Amino acid sequence: MNRVRMTLRVNGESQEILFPPYKTLLEVLREELNLTGTKHGCELGECGACAVLVDGEPLLSCLELALECEGRAVETVEGLQQGAQLHPLQAAFADLGGAQCGYCTPGILMTAKALLEKEPNPSRERIREAISGNLCRCTGYQQIYESIEEAAKRMREAA
Amino acid sequence: MSEKAKTRFEVLGKARRRVDGRAKVTGLTKFADDIVLPRMLHMKLLRSPHPHAEIEAIDVSRATQHPGVHLVLTGKDFPIAFGILPVSQDEYPLANGKVRYVGDPVAAVVASDEQTAWEACELIDVKYRPLATISNSEEALATPEPRIHEHGERGNIHRLQAFEFGDVNAALEKSDHVFEDVFFYEGNTHLPIEQHAAVAAPDGEGKLTLWSSTQVPHYIHRALARALRMNAAHVRVIACPNGGGFGGKCDLHNHEIVVSRAALRLARPVKICLNREEVFYMHRGRHPVLMKMRTGVTKDGKLTGMHVQTLLDGGGYGGYGAASTLYTGVLQTVTYELPRYKFDACRTFTNKPPCGPKRGHGTPQPRFGQEVQLDKIAEFLKKDPAELRLGMVAKPDSLTANWLRIGSIGLEECIRRVVALSGWKSRFRRLPEGRGLGIACGAYLCGAGLPIYWNKMPQSGVQLLLDRSGQVTAFCGATEIGQGSDDVLAAIIAEVLGIDPYDVRLVTGDTALTPVDLGSYSSRVTVMMGNAAIQAAERLKAQIAEAAAEQLMIIPQRVAFSQGRVFFADDPAKGMTFAEAVVFAETKFGTLGAVGSYVPPRAPGRYKGAGVGPSPAYSYTACVVEAEVDKATGWVSVSKVWIAHDIGRTVNPVLARGQVEGSVYMALGEALMEEQVFRRLPAKLSGALVHKFPSLLEYKSLTSLDMPEVVTELVEYPDPNCPFGAKEVGQGPLLPVMPAVANAIYDAVGVRIDELPITPDKVLKALELKAAGKTPRVGPEAFPPVPYPKPMFVPPPWEGGDGNEVKRHDAAAVV
Repeated sequence: MNRVRMTLRVNGESQEILFPPYKTLLEVLREELNLTGTKHGCELGECGACAVLVDGEPLLSCLELALECEGRAVETVEGLQQGAQLHPLQAAFADLGGAQCGYCTPGILMTAKALLEKEPNPSRERIREAISGNLCRCTGYQQIYESIEEAAKRMREAA
Repeated sequence: MSEKAKTRFEVLGKARRRVDGRAKVTGLTKFADDIVLPRMLHMKLLRSPHPHAEIEAIDVSRATQHPGVHLVLTGKDFPIAFGILPVSQDEYPLANGKVRYVGDPVAAVVASDEQTAWEACELIDVKYRPLATISNSEEALATPEPRIHEHGERGNIHRLQAFEFGDVNAALEKSDHVFEDVFFYEGNTHLPIEQHAAVAAPDGEGKLTLWSSTQVPHYIHRALARALRMNAAHVRVIACPNGGGFGGKCDLHNHEIVVSRAALRLARPVKICLNREEVFYMHRGRHPVLMKMRTGVTKDGKLTGMHVQTLLDGGGYGGYGAASTLYTGVLQTVTYELPRYKFDACRTFTNKPPCGPKRGHGTPQPRFGQEVQLDKIAEFLKKDPAELRLGMVAKPDSLTANWLRIGSIGLEECIRRVVALSGWKSRFRRLPEGRGLGIACGAYLCGAGLPIYWNKMPQSGVQLLLDRSGQVTAFCGATEIGQGSDDVLAAIIAEVLGIDPYDVRLVTGDTALTPVDLGSYSSRVTVMMGNAAIQAAERLKAQIAEAAAEQLMIIPQRVAFSQGRVFFADDPAKGMTFAEAVVFAETKFGTLGAVGSYVPPRAPGRYKGAGVGPSPAYSYTACVVEAEVDKATGWVSVSKVWIAHDIGRTVNPVLARGQVEGSVYMALGEALMEEQVFRRLPAKLSGALVHKFPSLLEYKSLTSLDMPEVVTELVEYPDPNCPFGAKEVGQGPLLPVMPAVANAIYDAVGVRIDELPITPDKVLKALELKAAGKTPRVGPEAFPPVPYPKPMFVPPPWEGGDGNEVKRHDAAAVV
């Protein structure tokens, strides 16, 4: 099988990888780099479970070829915490029921991170719009909104 | 005093981060698809493109020779039928000569990677001989031949059941009014965001381990060993945390057997992860149910009798269907006082993916009908529908017509709370045209009373191990599917031992290490695991108290456990840390461990079929929905939901609220848009029956933009059968939402939609009927003739008898 060599920068670390060129960013993250925090939900861009940040923008990693990500900054859920310190979003999701089964959680955390970096004090409406591409079957979304609002508050207070 | 009856709590009732919360937000929770093992191979299934066909030949030679392929398996490799229920052994891991729905697995390829396995699947040549197909229950009744299965009642009828508790016709004849309605509830699917995955691997001794996204590791363990013809002691099933279950991961699935066989054959780990389309084919979701309800009432609004008939479209296999069939009838009696009750149920086979248990298992469909009919009854009697319900709520500590024992019931308070919060009294029937309020109630099991295979053993077991460091490790077969099973276990043990729940180490859902718990279904975990955990923890606590009392020179009865300390209750300064007390206890008694187990109370009903419906307790819910209807488009927007749930006792309010709101979310999907539907291809394209839209994009579910605000109230009526009184919260809150939506639409625009989902086309059609002066109703017109058997006749408790069947001619004597 043909493989290509490429350097991918994920969570600030550059790694050289050798992989089949048809692989999506999602597959390369999970299968080549063992970053299994990013999830498969449909492989068709329908559910948002695989959302990661590429150059700070949320992107569905199941629709992006890894080859297209060379030289770009990829961020996954594994890069959210600073050492043992949870990111405020992570802490709020854990405390307030934003994560139930936890399967859609990494994609929502990354989407919410991009939102809060642009809008530190988003309205409930803006939060609803921002995560409308991330399906969650467990929570009914309300505790997700509250988690994002609480994280935003903690981040503003810390800033 | 037993711990179970305690009323002051240190852990329970306090909003806490769940004990497994950190792993879920860091991506460290290991779902089945996250498992990677050395030398692991990948498997894919070739699925049938035909809904009903005989397999005339399979040629796998090209696939076998494809580079990278290690193994190809077909039906020949799996001669034994399987099925999750002992009465429905009608499936084969790979088709045994016949396929019964589009997506039925036919062959499997194991290869070095997923892509190669897919490619090789394409190289398998299967010659099919298509058979006539059956698309719904009415067709199944009208088409006895060809039979989809050789088993079942007759023709394409899988199950027939009929029960009568008191003479219902006599009760209806004497009623002031009798209401007759026909309702239809379309099928829908669980749609967990995690697609099913499984990894199988032989260990060094050749024994099998299967990691799987399953809700029921014990049942899988039993059924898998049988399907593989292996000694069950050589099979280990580990339930990975599920990325959502909702009932869809309760069956033994084809891929779990096939991946296990492949791993044993190759002596290497093998993984399979289904794609989204395959998850739609896996299904096992909500049965489409057509139902007819005849209900008698007095003029002042008391029920006199009810006759429910249901017709379930079961899809291609039995699965849990025999139980689903009974569940469409058994729980109508536990919400309101109902003197006499009769139900007939029928499940048919059709050429669609098999249906099974989804949140509420078999009960949301008749609940929808019952609660919409009550709305019509209230309208006819000119009574407020909330008041009508308040006037008929079942009594605590009572028996129902079908011999179910109700314990605590907080339904009246639930109704009063949602009525007050929603401003019901000043707003119902008074909102501007296009806006409306609807109310409905529901009730659910807190655990099925009997296991799915007959035995008298415990339904949950907990084992505790105490390390001399003070570490408490709990072992339990219960399964974390997102609902917080692990958190409940840690909280209950911590509550008894006076320690922090985060200090309890958990080993769960592993048939090699943990005592049996039957799994995460029927809302049984909090009650059954919780009771077993209390028993185990109390046994350890007694030993620790005795050792500590000796040190403190007091009697053990005066030893208190709180905040990680063990001390003299009358002088808290006199004491020690929990860890020090454990050391004294280990010194005195040797290695410390204890087990606890739970068997539900024996149900009072003794008739054949009385095993489905009994539960240690029942949860209750009331809900008010506010909806807006756009009369130009038929579009329904739910603007707000108020819901109150009698949870008995709240373990962790964060998780409890999440269960209620998640139930409302799923229920709104079922009410307004979710449907698992099929269409026939044109005859020139084979006429096959195919899934209309096996994708997340086309299968409509609510997004964050569609989800209304939900006001959740937890009402606590502790039940004596439950741990600290705690009842279920995972399923019951779904039940009243669908009928409350339908009732709100009636309040808004005066049309009845007696069919789910309530899509805009149905609303528009009803509005057109209304404008034309016709009956403003959309729904099924008639209920077909179904050959229900003569019902088993059981007098209700207040008409004598002992809970057993009586011959009909004896009935008069009993009354």
